[in-house]
Formats: sequence, structure tokens, C-alpha cells
Amino acid sequence: MTDNTTQGAVYVTESLIAEDIDAYLDQHQHKTMLRFITCGSVDDGKSTLIGRLLYDSKMIFEDQLDALEADSKKVGTQGQEIDFALLVDGLAAEREQGITIDVAYRFFNTEKRKFIVADCPGHEQYTRNMITGASTADLAVILIDARKGVLVQTRRHSYLCHLIGIKNIVLAVNKMDLVDYDQARFDEIVADYTEFAKSIGINQFTAMPISGFKGDNIIGASENTPWYTGPNLVEHLETVEVNSALDAAKPFRMPVQWVNRPNLDFRGFSGLIATGSVKPGDAIRVLPSGKTSTVSKVVTMDGDQPQAVAGQSVTICFADEIDCSRGDVISLADNPPQAADQFESTIVWLNDEPLHVGRAYWLKLGTQMVSATIHAPKYTVNVNTMEHVAAKTLELNAIGVAELATDKPIVFESYVDNRTLGGFILIDKITNATVAAGMLNFSLRRSQNVHWQATDITRDEHANLKNQRPRVLWFTGLSGSGKSTIANEVEKSLNLMNRHTFLLDGDNVRHGLNKDLGFTEADRIENIRRVGEVAKLMADAGLIVLTAFISPFKADRELVRSMLPDGEFIEIFVDTPLEVAEARDVKGLYKKARAGKLKNFTGIDSPYEAPVNPEIRVNTVEMTPQEAAAHIIRQLMPLK
Amino acid sequence: MSDISRKTLTHLERLEAEAIHIMREVVAEAEKPVLMYSVGKDSAVMLHLARKAFYPSPPPFPLLHVDTTWKFQEMYKLRDKMATDSGMELLVYHNQEAMDRGINPFDHGALHTDMWKTEGLKQALDKWGFDAAFGGARRDEEKSRAKERIFSFRTATHGWDPKNQRPELWNLYNAKKNKGESIRVFPISNWTELDVWQYIHLNDIPIVPLYFAGKRPTVERDGMLIMVDDDRFPLKPGEVPVERSIRFRTLGCYPLTGAVESTASTLPEIIQETLLTTTSERQGRAIDKDAGGAGMEKKKQEGYF
Repeated sequence: MTDNTTQGAVYVTESLIAEDIDAYLDQHQHKTMLRFITCGSVDDGKSTLIGRLLYDSKMIFEDQLDALEADSKKVGTQGQEIDFALLVDGLAAEREQGITIDVAYRFFNTEKRKFIVADCPGHEQYTRNMITGASTADLAVILIDARKGVLVQTRRHSYLCHLIGIKNIVLAVNKMDLVDYDQARFDEIVADYTEFAKSIGINQFTAMPISGFKGDNIIGASENTPWYTGPNLVEHLETVEVNSALDAAKPFRMPVQWVNRPNLDFRGFSGLIATGSVKPGDAIRVLPSGKTSTVSKVVTMDGDQPQAVAGQSVTICFADEIDCSRGDVISLADNPPQAADQFESTIVWLNDEPLHVGRAYWLKLGTQMVSATIHAPKYTVNVNTMEHVAAKTLELNAIGVAELATDKPIVFESYVDNRTLGGFILIDKITNATVAAGMLNFSLRRSQNVHWQATDITRDEHANLKNQRPRVLWFTGLSGSGKSTIANEVEKSLNLMNRHTFLLDGDNVRHGLNKDLGFTEADRIENIRRVGEVAKLMADAGLIVLTAFISPFKADRELVRSMLPDGEFIEIFVDTPLEVAEARDVKGLYKKARAGKLKNFTGIDSPYEAPVNPEIRVNTVEMTPQEAAAHIIRQLMPLK
Repeated sequence: MSDISRKTLTHLERLEAEAIHIMREVVAEAEKPVLMYSVGKDSAVMLHLARKAFYPSPPPFPLLHVDTTWKFQEMYKLRDKMATDSGMELLVYHNQEAMDRGINPFDHGALHTDMWKTEGLKQALDKWGFDAAFGGARRDEEKSRAKERIFSFRTATHGWDPKNQRPELWNLYNAKKNKGESIRVFPISNWTELDVWQYIHLNDIPIVPLYFAGKRPTVERDGMLIMVDDDRFPLKPGEVPVERSIRFRTLGCYPLTGAVESTASTLPEIIQETLLTTTSERQGRAIDKDAGGAGMEKKKQEGYF
């Protein structure tokens, strides 16, 4: 193997290990840590570069080297030479395909630092993996094939790194050996990239000519590029400033993870300090309550600490007994973050199932977990051209700007100021999948200006006057299952019992309140959300509300349930098999749908998610509508 | 941490803080967590981190040892002592079927690992209904580990789907799951073998004495030095164990764990030897050699830790 590595002082540790292990351990103990990612297109040589870094830092053991040499001859792409990429590509499937398909983490040391490398895929459809790897990185190495120059993928990777807030960008112009170490070619690529970088707001980056395969400018200066006077890659990685150092200089914030209460004499608040530092005597404020106290102790198993800084996990005790629990944020008393419930955010969609506008997702930010709904995107960004594109939703790998609302205020800061209090994930409430990553840009003023108007007559008083407990009887089932008929029977019975009711019917509502909505998945979600809000207002007025809507999605029914006090939402599943409903076909809709004349028809080309544990279930194959109504009334008793 | 002006944490301080943060997230969000305790050096570090994370409370979860009955005697001794010292409940599980069928490492090869460890682990998690299990696996150990998430989601049948892992961003972990599903959590994912040794050294963490060199009775099997730890070891006719100065880089079932000849008797000497040595850590274990280069990945899909 030809090798142009100049072994600098970086790795001359073997003799130190052999001669003075204590000195070596002392050195290792005081190393700092840098996390970085490598990104590039499929053949830009990422895995080869990482393999090289591991190889040069002696992170490959002899048995691994033997396996590597054997594999290189068997499946390698470098002829008889060592294919470093094989060292890095992990999963069986990608060994066969010859591509990296997920984020892999690798480790190596130099004398000054420990490094964690996230190897990020270059494939078009894997934006989600790159965002994942980039979210914890201090620095990004963006690889360019010197023969190909700045490609669409280069732009995409740079944009994503910038979006996720990576300040240190290295433009590694790789495979310089294949362009005869031509300075003009290097300069041309750097000029191209500079122009692009400026256009997306990257004002600073470090460009270097390298060859991962041959080892040029990886460690030490290469003899093949005498015209290049900048730092070599490892030298640069060893000296660049890490994020945690920058975080320590910001105001103190610590999200509370867990309340530590072993006995009545000890009450501590455990967490990882996000920014700033804290010491006994500091005046602090707990958000969102705004209560203040003083730090009495900073506790660890190694003893109470005089101070703790960003990046450390500690337990803090207060001088006063004030309320504080998981999800709260402890901050400096005179410089607290704000709380809000409406935001503009940038969202990266990570799931095959697209965003459902208006549906409630779990939003996790720091240690806060709230319910959030996302508005229709203002626009999405074409990551290849950086153009803003109009969009109704967010599909897998889409990046969009959208407003969102949470069901209660969360303590936050803009992502650019604080990754911990500005970065969030969205979780699907049914599948539990992590469906999106997002960054809060700013809170919307209106959330501070729109207040609830307090009224003197309460919902209890409305209900008492009517001598009943308000309820929403939510009928769900396929088209033609008998929802409207049964709901009508139930309302008639309630009316005879002197109850105050109102029936909201699917077809009727679509003639008025919801006449602007169609039958796409997004519109159906919005349809149900509006009906839920109306039903809630009527329940507040003391009524027993009956609704008859297909309402096919579990998440949307759960959203309505969450709007109402416990026990007031009664889900009634009108359980009729598709064959039966289709055979009835009262409105002739199934026939149309089967003929392809009606799109998005539930049961035909749009799913129905049946309730798992409805409060009441009626079977219209075995029961007449009157029997079903009588069964429901029995289940509802007593009405007050 | 006593130097107030210093703001840049060392790599070990950051790794420790990360592991503690992960353990606390699990305790806050999971219903019934457990710490997988195999008595090796990684388990020793995990236990120490758990004690730090919840100090002054004892860690709010039990220790679980999925035993094969074939561990080294010194491992059982340290296991019981550490459980007592930490004030944690120790649960030991034996796969009854493996016990009844007399499954052992001499006669059954891969089946031994599969039944005692893989199946035993699944049975133990089901028996007590743990929904989150801490493990001490590290990404530097093996290729398929390098791609595993810190919160690694498992189906109700304990399967791992490497193609369908939840994205893991920043330090936000998603512990949501449906009934019956569980997560394996790896707080020291980002540590290397050297980090583990150095942390043990700096924190004076008790480890099994077998990690240190000593005169021990050994025989050679398939190029590996195997210690004769009890009289269940089937010696060949006329074979007499040889006293050698050996130590172990990794500890498992004694008949499957290869020793290295060594005189390293202090932690710095062990670290020195580890750094200068030319074979990687898991080579001492027969398990990774099954099924070619994809052995561990296949085992993990089937539910192995």
C-alpha cells in the first residue's frame, strides 16, 4: 500500500504507553472531546476517510486488520489494497449493497482529544439520518470528490448542517490524488463552494485538500500539496472549540429530570445543566411557575460541589421548600427564559407517514412532554435549490416552516440561542414513532395577548340548571353503519326524559361550518377538530351533545377526548362489518367508491381505525336501531 | 471539578454526565426499569454510574443477572457483595428448560448461549414485566453495535429491527411504547474500552480479581487458554491443567472465555497491556465467530443483548 501519511507528533504515544503508563493515563484523563460528522455523496470516500482515521490512530486491532485484509480481497473495491470502507460499514445488508445506510458512531483518540465520529449516509432519501448525526455534532466534515466538485448533495449536506446549527464546517476536497494534486482545481471548487455557502448564511468554513485513500493532509502536511499552507485535518479537529465550552458562558438553565427524595430531610432536583453554571448561594427561579429561591447545595456522590457547569449532571437543593418537578426549568433568578404556547418552528419530517395538520402529537423538549398540533406549513425548503415551496403537509425528509400550538405553555428559548430549550422531537401518539425533529424559531405574540375571558356563570351552573351532566356521545363507525339513525333514536329518548340535547350530524355540518373542507386526510382531520370544538362549547353550555361522524382516525377521536373533562367523552362504536354496510349502501356511496368515482372513501381506499376500548359498543347486525338506542341509554344512566 | 475557572469538561466528565442523564430519563419515563448485571467490568461501571445518578437515594431499580451457572466462581462472589453494598435488590434468573436439559458449553456449543442467555434474558424480562433494561454494551465493541441507538426499541417478542430504528436527536430520547414492548438502554454507548478502564481506575470501582494476572490452572482448547474453574471441566484422558500466569480481558462463561498470559497486576499495567496489545476485546469470546461477519447482528435481531 502506498501511503503518504506523515506521522506527526499526534500519535507518538506508543512509546509513552510502554515507558510511562501513568504519564499516559494522566494525559488521557485530561483530554477533551469533540463530536463531528462526516457527510458526502455515495462515492465521496467517507467510510474510507473514517477507516483511515481509525487506522492511523491505532484503533484497529490485529485480528480486525486480518479480517479487513481478507475482506478487501473478497468484496473490496480497491483491488489488492486495503479497503478502509469495509472497516466502517456495519450491517450485513449494506455490506452487500456497498453503501452506508444508517448513522454509525466511531471512536478514536489523539494526544489532545477523544473523537466521536458520526458516519452519515449520502443517499438522497436519508436526510433523517444526517440530521440525527448532526444534532450532537460540534463540527461537520463535508466531503467533495475533487473530480466532481460541488454537487447537489454537497449543497444539501451543507444546508442541513447549517440548519441544525453546526458552526464549524470543514470542506474536505477529497481524492486529490486523482486530480494530480492540482491547486487550480482545488481553488475552483473552493470558489464555487464559497459562493453557495454565502447564499445560505455559512460565512465561515475551513477548506483543505486531502486524500483519505492515500493519507494526504490527514495527519501532517502532505508533500504532494506544497501550495497548501492551512491546517491538516487532525490538527484542525484537535484545536477547534467545542459546543459545551460555548454553552458554559451562557445564562444558567437546567431542565429538571427527576426529584430526588430519599427521606424527609432531603429534596434535590436532578438534571443535566444545559447552559451556564451554578453554585451555592445563587438566586434561582423555577419556570414556568416563576417561584424563586436560593441554591443551598450542589450534590454529587463525589461530595458537594463549589460549582457546576454546562454539560454536568448534578442534583441541586434549594434553601426554600418551593414546588419544582420534572419538566420545570431552573434558571438564574434575574435572567429567566420565557414560557409560551404558540411558536414558529422549523420542522424536519422523519417518518413515512406524513404530517397530519391539526392532529395532536407528543412534543418533547428538554424534559417537557406536551401535546402539540402543527399548522399547515408556511412553506417547505427544496434542499437542493434552497427555494421555498408551497406545501400542505410535510412528507418524509421534508423541511418546512410551520406554526405550532401546545396544550400548555412550555419553557423555551430560540434554538439558535439554546439547543436544549429550542430543539424538540414529535412523537406519534398511536405508533409512538419519533416522526419529526424541530427547532423553535420564536414564540408568536398572540399567545401572550389572547387570554381566556373569565365568565361568572360557570359550566357547572349551566349544567345544574338543566339537571344533567354534560356529555359528548361520540358515534363512530363506517358509512352506512347506522350512526345517524341510532343517534337520532337516542336523542328522541333523551328528549322524552326531559334532557337538553343537540345532535351534530356529519352531513349537516358539512353544509355550513365545514363547507370549505373536502375529503382528503388533512381535511377530514380538520373536520373532526372543528366538530370537537363545537361539541365542547355545547357541553360547556350544559348540553348532552350527540355527534354522528365516521371519524376514522383514532388520534382525532383522542384529540376530542382530551378537550373534555374526564368521563364526559363517551365513545360509541357502531360496529358494523364493511360487507354489511356496503350491502346496505343507503346513499349509493360504496358503489361510487368501488367504481373509482369517489376518492378517499373510508373502508374502500382510506382506512378506518376501529376503537380498541370504546365506552359503549353496539352491533347493528344483531340489534335494531331501537334496541341499540335502548342499550346506549342504559349504559348512560344515571344522567345526572 | 474543584477548579472553578475551568469550563471545558474532560471527555470522561462528559461521558459520565451523559450516562447519568440517560439513566435518569429512563427512571422518569419507564414504568419498570432494571439494570442488566453480568458482573463484568462494563457492568461494574454501569452500577457505579447508577449509584451516582440517584445519590443520595439508592438506584430505584433492581439488578438482574441472567445466569448460566457456568460463570467463574469469583464472579458470583463479587456479584453478591456488590448487591449488598449498593442496597439494590438482586434478581437471578436461570432458564429452567436449559437447566432441565442439562445444556452446557462443552456439549452444546451455540445452543448454550442461545438457551441460557438469549432465551433466558427474554424469559426473565417477561417474568418480571420489565419495560426498560439497562445494558453496558458499547458502540466500539462490534460493528452492529456501532449503529444501535442508545434507546433501542424491542417488539413484544424482543426482536430488534436495525432498519427501523427510531431517530435519536440531541439528547432527547423517546421512551414511549405500547404494552408488551420494551426498550434496551445503553448509557455507555459512547465509551471505549480504554474509557471504561480509566474510569474504573479513577473511581476505584471494585472489579472481579480475574481481570488481574495470577497463577491459575489452565488447558488449551482450539487455540484458546481456558481456565479450569471447577470440577465440571471435562479433561481429556491424561490431561493435567497447567498453572500459568493469566488474566482475562473479558468475562463470560468460564469454558468459553479465553485467557491471555500476563503479569499485569495493577490497573495501570492492565491498561498498558490493553493499549499495546494487538487483538481486539471480543476475540476472547467464541460467540462472535458464528454466522460469519454478521454473527452479532443476527443474535441481536433474535433478542440477544
